[in-house]
Amino acid sequence: MNVAVAVDDKVRYEARPSAGEAGPATKRVVVGYGFWVFLLSDIVMFSAIFAAYAVLNHATAGGPSGVQLFNQRSVAIETGCLLASSYTCGLMSLAIGSRRYAATYWAALITFVLGALFLALELREFAGMIAIGAGPQRSAFLSAFFTLVGCHGLHVTAGLVWLVVMMAQVAVKGFRQTVERRLLCFSLFWHALDIVWVWLFTVVYLMGVLS
Amino acid sequence: MNLLGKLDWSAIPLDQPIIMGASGGMVLVIVAILSWVTLKGYVPYLWREWITSVDHKRIGIMYIILALIMLLRGFADAIMMRAQQAVAAGGAQGYLPPEHFDQIFSAHGTIMIFFMAMPFVIGMMNFVVPLQLGVRDMAFPTLNSVALGLTASGILLTNISLAVGEFSKAGWVAYPPLSELQYSPGVGVDYYLWALQISGVGTLMTGINFVATVLKTRAPGMSYMRMPVFCWTSLAANLLIVAAFPVLTATLAMLLLDRYLGFHFFTIDGQGNAMMYVNLFWVWGHPEVYILVLPAFGIFSEVVSTFSGKPLFGYRSMVAATMAICVLSFIVWLHHFFTMGASANVNGFFGVMTMIIAVPTGVKVFNWLFTMYGGRIRFTVPVLWSIGFMVTFVIGGMTGVLMAVPPADFQLHNSLFLIAHFHNVIIGGTVFGLMAGYNYWFPKAFGFKLDERWGRISFWCWLIGFYVAFMPLYALGLMGMTRRMQHYDVASWQPWLVAAAVGVVIILAGIVSQVIQLVVSVRDRDRLKVTADPWNGRTLEWATASPPPAWNFAVLPQVRDLDALWNKKQRERTQAQPAQERKFEPIEVPKNSATGFIVAFFSVVAGFAMIWHIWWMAGVGVIGIFLTMLAFAFRDEEEIEIPAEQIARFERANPVEIAV
Repeated sequence: MNVAVAVDDKVRYEARPSAGEAGPATKRVVVGYGFWVFLLSDIVMFSAIFAAYAVLNHATAGGPSGVQLFNQRSVAIETGCLLASSYTCGLMSLAIGSRRYAATYWAALITFVLGALFLALELREFAGMIAIGAGPQRSAFLSAFFTLVGCHGLHVTAGLVWLVVMMAQVAVKGFRQTVERRLLCFSLFWHALDIVWVWLFTVVYLMGVLS
Repeated sequence: MNLLGKLDWSAIPLDQPIIMGASGGMVLVIVAILSWVTLKGYVPYLWREWITSVDHKRIGIMYIILALIMLLRGFADAIMMRAQQAVAAGGAQGYLPPEHFDQIFSAHGTIMIFFMAMPFVIGMMNFVVPLQLGVRDMAFPTLNSVALGLTASGILLTNISLAVGEFSKAGWVAYPPLSELQYSPGVGVDYYLWALQISGVGTLMTGINFVATVLKTRAPGMSYMRMPVFCWTSLAANLLIVAAFPVLTATLAMLLLDRYLGFHFFTIDGQGNAMMYVNLFWVWGHPEVYILVLPAFGIFSEVVSTFSGKPLFGYRSMVAATMAICVLSFIVWLHHFFTMGASANVNGFFGVMTMIIAVPTGVKVFNWLFTMYGGRIRFTVPVLWSIGFMVTFVIGGMTGVLMAVPPADFQLHNSLFLIAHFHNVIIGGTVFGLMAGYNYWFPKAFGFKLDERWGRISFWCWLIGFYVAFMPLYALGLMGMTRRMQHYDVASWQPWLVAAAVGVVIILAGIVSQVIQLVVSVRDRDRLKVTADPWNGRTLEWATASPPPAWNFAVLPQVRDLDALWNKKQRERTQAQPAQERKFEPIEVPKNSATGFIVAFFSVVAGFAMIWHIWWMAGVGVIGIFLTMLAFAFRDEEEIEIPAEQIARFERANPVEIAV
């Protein structure tokens, strides 16, 4: 009897391995982790474009510079929209956590509208610049500007499409595990776009007006 | 509106007999293979078991098949270049006109790096890493299949360029302003750019997949310091992929914007900065050479330790050296262009960093040597490749350190000395490593060994051929011959170039021997048949049947130490274990998916359309990719269950001597 207990204790001791020895992680951990790695790679891509922008910042080729072009008010509203959409995205995550359909849809809808508003303001800025002859073909500086800001805008667009698809999945499939994992990835993506925007706002719009 | 963009009949070079012969032959071979497969009724089998498979072993093998085919294509380019330079001395122009020669050296570099070495390395990692980790699949099996599809798309586009249009004439690095629209108005650079963008996305997916796999899915008990070295070097290589490939994507995207939408990133007008391309390209490019060579280092570590019958000498220092190289590889990029004209301090910094990165590499070489020291070495084919590597790679490494001295580099930049150097490290390092791995893991993949005799012949042909082909290039570089010359006036160069051409013929003999080796081995497969552990291995891939079942391990192995299988075998030898009937439980394996194949199809459509400015077709391609992904996202079943009886039946039919 005593022997059996001792063996049992030993087994239980050995069955408590450190994190590195615990065997394959759960699907949720693996998916979340893989998506983090993807986000890091995406940020590396942005940093290459940031570097290009920094190099070409003053290469205006006689054309307009940032000081002349940037409209601080519009950009402030854009920033407000995007940051607020991150907040509503957080609310959506809470709603998903407590399995509330209506709250999820509402939070997603507000997130979508704020994101679309951001995009609309950005496109208006682009259109205005192109209209006065300050399009990406004008100078290396403007090429880099349109690429950097446009690349972020494309990410936001992809995020909006993704959000629509996810809501369709919630409607059709409910909160099953795969859907929940994808929603987790979506919110990571959406927050990462905020981080990139904070950098972009600082480097392009704030520092651009300083010089 | 022109429905076919820039595409018309003039795109097909009917007046060029060499190109038409090559592409006609290629089309005939493809048609012959496809019709043979169809007539024999293999299509359903291929579709079910291979094309839609998400099994990492199948995907790995398909990667390697692609790589071997592209090795032949890239090598054909090499033979043509060597033949041209052997004859085009003095007033002679050789047999290749300049615009064709330029396409050949561009295609050779692009193919060998992106479509031979990369798929070979990725295929090797795909097949081996999950088995060594003791798990059943990659972290994201379907993503893996999509990545394979995208790589294949890039390869297909490159090969289409042979028959329809042209390939880039701007070298495999495509430096602007030469690669800008102003100087390269044709579709060649566009083929290059889209092929690399598409396959680059696939490579990035692979990188993410492996990082998640190695860090998050290992057998119970396998802590980091119990991981086989090949898993470590694969992890390092894939961390480099994740950190470096996005830079390539961004850089090539900028060049695409310049070419398609009139942007001014690298143009001469609009205050573009061409040197920025060169910097960004090598921020990716230098890590890339370590992406290629680190997995090869891992292969040598496995081979040397297995066939010396000893644990790897200095396992921890090997891991540390691997990770040191992983970090250092990001701060040496400028040594590719010391001549840019950066200040002496900048050049000095990058020169010193380049010399420092030789230190961890040196640590590795000594570790392999000390592993062999005092061991009972079995001189199998993989060991021959490993020893050939150690000698050759050290020479290549030392010429690299020589060029890391900026003043010396000003003399050697863009000379044949450089060409000799990087072939010395890439062939001597990566290719020899891949050949060692191919011979080493082939029995695991197919259940029979490769023929030893032809393996040896091919090794010696490769080794001797390599030295005869590339040592003259060092001399030529010192004599002042620059790279990429279609013809030259200095008659005294010719004997060296003839010698180099002879060397390439010897390498050709090596490649032919490898083909023979494969044919002979398949013919004699019953004689060469092996069980789970043909080499008396040390790591977990040898603890399951050869070839392994779809589920890899009926029961996940329990790892207690480094060299898990070896130590298990030692324990079982000293204390006999009572035979016990094992209980099996049903296993879930990921379900097959056509997503990878369909995405690949639409990427070829989109890529081809973009190259030829057929905008509606590009739209079709992109929408096709989106809808395919949508369909995948909405599928209901993700896994299929393999019943316990089937597993038990397989285990009875393929008994593994040592069950871990």
